[in-house]
Order: sequence, then C-alpha cells, then structure tokens
Amino acid sequence: MKIVIDKTLKHFLHKSLLNYKKCKELLINFIVMKLNILIIAVFLMTISCQKKKETAKVLNETVEQVVEKEVSLNDIQLEVYDYNGFEKFLNKKDNKIHVINFWATWCAPCVKELPYFEKLNSTYNNQNVEVLLVSLDFPHLYDKKLKPFIKEKKLISKVIALDDVDMNTWIPKISKDWSGSIPATIIYKNDTSKFFEQSFTYQELVKEVEQFLN
Amino acid sequence: MKKSIKLISAVLLLILVSAFTVNNASHKGYKVGDVAEDFSLKNIDGNMVSMSDYSDAKGFIITFTCNTCPFAVMYEDRIQALNEKYESKGYPVIAIMPNDTNVKPGDALPEMKKRAKEKGFTFPYLMDEGQKVYPKFGATKTPHIYVLEKTNKGNVVQYIGAIDDNHRDASGVKVKYVENAVDALLDGKEVEQKETKAIGCSIKVAKASSNAH
Repeated sequence: MKIVIDKTLKHFLHKSLLNYKKCKELLINFIVMKLNILIIAVFLMTISCQKKKETAKVLNETVEQVVEKEVSLNDIQLEVYDYNGFEKFLNKKDNKIHVINFWATWCAPCVKELPYFEKLNSTYNNQNVEVLLVSLDFPHLYDKKLKPFIKEKKLISKVIALDDVDMNTWIPKISKDWSGSIPATIIYKNDTSKFFEQSFTYQELVKEVEQFLN
Repeated sequence: MKKSIKLISAVLLLILVSAFTVNNASHKGYKVGDVAEDFSLKNIDGNMVSMSDYSDAKGFIITFTCNTCPFAVMYEDRIQALNEKYESKGYPVIAIMPNDTNVKPGDALPEMKKRAKEKGFTFPYLMDEGQKVYPKFGATKTPHIYVLEKTNKGNVVQYIGAIDDNHRDASGVKVKYVENAVDALLDGKEVEQKETKAIGCSIKVAKASSNAH
C-alpha cells in the first residue's frame, strides 16, 4: 500500500513540476505579448491623437475666417445640375486650378475631410485655386439635410448638387478609374487632371495641389 | 530586452505592411473572366457559409452590402427580390457585409441579424470578419454586386457593378443589370453589359489601416 501511495505521489509531483514549468513559460509569453499589444496601442493612439488635433486646428481656423453672420435657410441658393449641365465645371480652360470634391452629408469620411477642402479654399484662393463641393445628396433631402448642413458648417466653398440617376453613364465620363465610391476628388488645370477615389488629409491635399502650382 | 524590442518592431512593421496591402488591394481584385476563390464566412445564424456548400447552384449573386449605407438600404428590397426570383433557378444571393464594425457599429452582427429579420432576408447575410474577402473581390463600396457562374474551372466572374440604373426609384428602372446578366447566363448566352458603375458608400476599413493610409 505504502509503495503505491509513494509512487502516485512521485508521479503527481513530477507532473505538477512539469505543469509549473509549462505555466511559467505560458505566463512569460503572455506578458511579452501583452507588452507588445500595449506598445502598439500607444503607438496607434498617438497617431490618432495627432490627427484629431489637426482636424480641430483646421476647424478653428476656418471658423475664424468666416465673419459671423446669420444666414437663413432661404438664403442658401442651391444650384442643381444633371450631368450634362454639370459637365462645364470639368472643362474650364481658365488657367485656374480646380479642385472638385464629390461628397454627401450621409458619407462620414466625406464630412470628415470637408474642413480640409475649406482650408484649402481659403488658403490658396489668391493662388488661383478654386474649390467646388459637389453634393450627391438625395434630392428629397436638399432642404432637410443639405441646406441645414451648409448653414451649420458655414461652408464658404461653392456647393452645388449633382442629381442624375443614370450613374453608369456619367461616372465613367468623370473618370474611367472611378468605381463610384465617395469621397472622390478631381484636381485639374486646363487639360491636365488627376482623379482620386480616396479620403484626404490636409497635407495630402496640399501636396497634390502644389504639384499643379509649379 | 533586445529580443523584445526586435519583436515589437517586427510586429509594428507587419501592421504597417499589412495596412498598405489592404489599401493597395482595394484597387485590384477580380475582373470579369477571373475565377473567384471560395470563402468561409460566418452567417447571422452562426453557421459558416461557403460557395461549395451549394452543390446544386449554377452560380451566385454575391452582394457586398451593409445596414448603414443609404444606397444599400434603398436596394434591400430589390436584393431580396433577386433571391426570390433566382435562387430556385440556381443563382442564389449571398450577401457579405464588408465594413469594419468598430468604424460602423450599426453594421455589427446583432444589427445585421435585426435588419435581416425586419426585412425577411431569405439569403445568407455574412460578416467579412477580418476584412479578408472583399479585397480579393476588389469591392470598393456598398452595394457592389458580383455575378459568378459555376464552371469546371471554378466560379467565374461574369458581371461586376450595380443592380440596376435607378437607385432612387425601383419603378423608374430602365435597365436591370443583374437580372439581364443572370438571364443571359441561364440561357447559355454571353452577358452583354459586363460592368456598370454606380455611386455607393466606401467600404469602411479598420482604423489601424486608415491611420497608415
């Protein structure tokens, strides 16, 4: 009997020692992993913080530049075009740099980058840069959503609406590279143009516009 | 310590690299004529769904869609109608929700379940967990449709684009792109209009990737 108990005990001790070693290994691995994750998280947070600061700065600056005045919704004149009517905005040969941004109030990444276009408009206005914001909002929401948005955000760039359901006809005319997602932006001067199906930061936007300035 | 620094930088590098690959991949993806790879994605009922599960299908109407995009919402009833019309003919709809749900909480699994129930979806509504499937297809927006034909080579992409030519008003539709494509395939004919363009909501990528963008 004693021998049996002895053996079992030995076996058990041996096993738990092994378990202990395994446990230790696991624990160390776990701690290293956690550290890594923490560092990555801090890294990512720093980046997003910087971005937020940038947005806030741009917003503040834009707001400062607008002289405070009350605009009533009725004062907001919204030009609405079908594609044929809109086409003239894509073909101006006036030596100006035209920045045309396709957006909508329902498109979150579009709304996020609007302040950058507003800042571009005010900063580069004297350098022949013209910003045009082309809203793809739904017509039944022009009065309920779009106009209140223009008023609330005090947009200074020209806003027009493009209303043409036959998208398969006009999207390729704007760019053969455009799959149809927004935000999308065209920058052009006379016969040179560049198309972007992406979101911009202010720096990225300036970098592209500067290429047209030189 | 040195080892862990190396490890950390390696992980960081991996994250950055993978972020860029995702961004690049969004402009690539399948073209008409390519064979689409099968996937295994979780349905709202918890089961995994693959194209290979459908032994009787002649093809698929793969629809990238979500709850939160107004364009996708306008097409919900028409997607359901497509499945009602074509599932029995061998072309079932498989819907895939491609958005990152941290960016769009309204597209999280419980919300998907809720919407599918409200709308009475009779097709699977799958979550592209980890966002690995939509870049392979090259989907950029919701809704974005891929009609696939089952052949000996595999599931061949035969149509990419919109459902029809009037998002706003189903009764004002002049051309039903997807129906025309599937009808042609069922008749053993070539699809006439293989690609169409439409406005849609950009697919929302996980935050880590958009920071590196």
